[in-house]
Amino acid sequence: MSAAEVVAPTRARGAFGRFFRSELWLIFGRRRNWIGGLILAAVPILIAVVIKASGSSGGDTFLFGQITQNGLFVGLAALTVEMPFFLPIAVAAISGDAVAGEANLGTLRYLLATPVDRTRLVLVKLGGIGVFTLAATALVAVVGAVAGLALFGGGGFVTLSGTTLGFGAGLGRLALVCLYMTLCLTALGAIGLFVSTLTEQPIAAGIAVLGLTVVSQILDQLSQLSAIHRYLPTHFWYDYGELLRDPLDLTALGPGVLSALVYVAVFTAAAWARFTTADVSS
Amino acid sequence: MTAGVVDAAQPAAVVTEGLTKRFRSGQLAVDGIDLAVPQGSVYGFLGPNGSGKTTTIRMLLGLLRPTAGGASLLGHAMPDGAAEVLPRVGALVEGPAFHPYLSGWDNLMRLDAADRTAPAVSASDRIHTALDRVGLAAASAKRYRHYSLGMRQRLGIAAALLRPRELLVLDEPTNGLDPQGTREVRGLLVELARGGTTVVLSSHLLAEVEQVCTHVGVMHRGRLVAQDTLEALHARGAARAVVTTSEPAAAARVLAARGLADVSVEPPGASAELGSAAPADLVAALVHADVPVSGFRVSATDLEELFVSLTGEGFDVSG
Repeated sequence: MSAAEVVAPTRARGAFGRFFRSELWLIFGRRRNWIGGLILAAVPILIAVVIKASGSSGGDTFLFGQITQNGLFVGLAALTVEMPFFLPIAVAAISGDAVAGEANLGTLRYLLATPVDRTRLVLVKLGGIGVFTLAATALVAVVGAVAGLALFGGGGFVTLSGTTLGFGAGLGRLALVCLYMTLCLTALGAIGLFVSTLTEQPIAAGIAVLGLTVVSQILDQLSQLSAIHRYLPTHFWYDYGELLRDPLDLTALGPGVLSALVYVAVFTAAAWARFTTADVSS
Repeated sequence: MTAGVVDAAQPAAVVTEGLTKRFRSGQLAVDGIDLAVPQGSVYGFLGPNGSGKTTTIRMLLGLLRPTAGGASLLGHAMPDGAAEVLPRVGALVEGPAFHPYLSGWDNLMRLDAADRTAPAVSASDRIHTALDRVGLAAASAKRYRHYSLGMRQRLGIAAALLRPRELLVLDEPTNGLDPQGTREVRGLLVELARGGTTVVLSSHLLAEVEQVCTHVGVMHRGRLVAQDTLEALHARGAARAVVTTSEPAAAARVLAARGLADVSVEPPGASAELGSAAPADLVAALVHADVPVSGFRVSATDLEELFVSLTGEGFDVSG
């Protein structure tokens, strides 16, 4: 290696994709995250097994009541019970770790000295959070659907409107619910990404995001605060019920989609503004 | 004191002008330093712990924004030129840092993937070569978590050597290495320097700097108190005649009368630069002048004394 051999660096082809895959591999190759995934996946199995073992007709609520008719509802029921807390825990842990985790380990300074452009790093981290969120919701839905279909079979898909859809259409509705939840949780992840640029403690960032989720859901219960409800990050999370009506009216999800996109945009911009000007002394 | 270190024919690899960093706490970590690291040199960046070396290096690499002044690497202003110049710069900053649950190999793969100028097809070759150079090939599949301190340091150096570099900025590269490892790393640095790579070697170990460096900069409390070639600093640390006596003023008069330079009175005695004077003649002259000489010695010419005199406190922690 002599200095004479050094050529002016040019951009390698597919460099962004390669770095992004490396980020995904960092998330999905980590044992801690696999254990988190197992916990998320255990819930639908628990629901399916308990209902099967009790021999009852399912439960009082619509979703639980449908389980014995159509196994796909195990996936929907599991998503519903995990949305308030379990899924946010996973997203908070990953997003809080995004920048703070690298700062905590000291790997951030080496990434920046490589160099990785700070804007590129923010985008790659956001993309990683998005893919993880999709994987987490899909994991719950798929494990639930598979366990449900194995134990209860797949009959007609009864909608909230009382009509019955075919199996394929029901599967499509489950996929749409996953996508909507992914978008809502990615908005939470964007908040986490911003918090992650404020600290070098990934656990603290994760707890802050989780605390925010809980507080937002509590405030959303107080009717005295109804004026601000629509601005809470969790307010539209449970609108996915609109996807279980017949006919399907996607415009009903408009406010939720808009809210999530605004949260993603605002907090990604905030993370970018904070991170691109920050001194890295970790 | 920076004049003359860099001449026009030999452009500088690192230049800073009035580089200053004041942290939000108000602490002035780096105070207007003018570094000049000539291309092809091995530059020893010396100073006690806490003297501002690492903060300076962080500014050179664009991790910290200077409060005032500026820095340029290989002719590119930092931090704006980072994308252009940093792929040609290898760095070890404040010790190695890697993902503990990844192997040494996977950690280097992560850094290689982050470098957008690194072609993916040759990644394995680069990583293999780098691990081989630092003697870690056998431990490449082991998780970083299970590496010893010395192995971690070696992996950090391997990361700095992933690509052919024009400039290496190494902060305490032999930290934690056993004597054998220290020798290996020094050998590696000398070899790299022979190949034309400029090396900035930050260290608090004088011996290390003396063995491998061609140029030296000395930091003390955020200021660059000396910067020159190693030779010139050696010359500056000229031998001194040191007299111990109850009449320092009289002794000083005698030393001055014999034509010695830089005479100073420091009770309980006096001292002056020895120059070409013969120690025996000086003692005779002192005795002849009825100066009660209770001790006479020629101070050692090593750099350590020079550095102690420059930093005032030796290599202890700066406040």
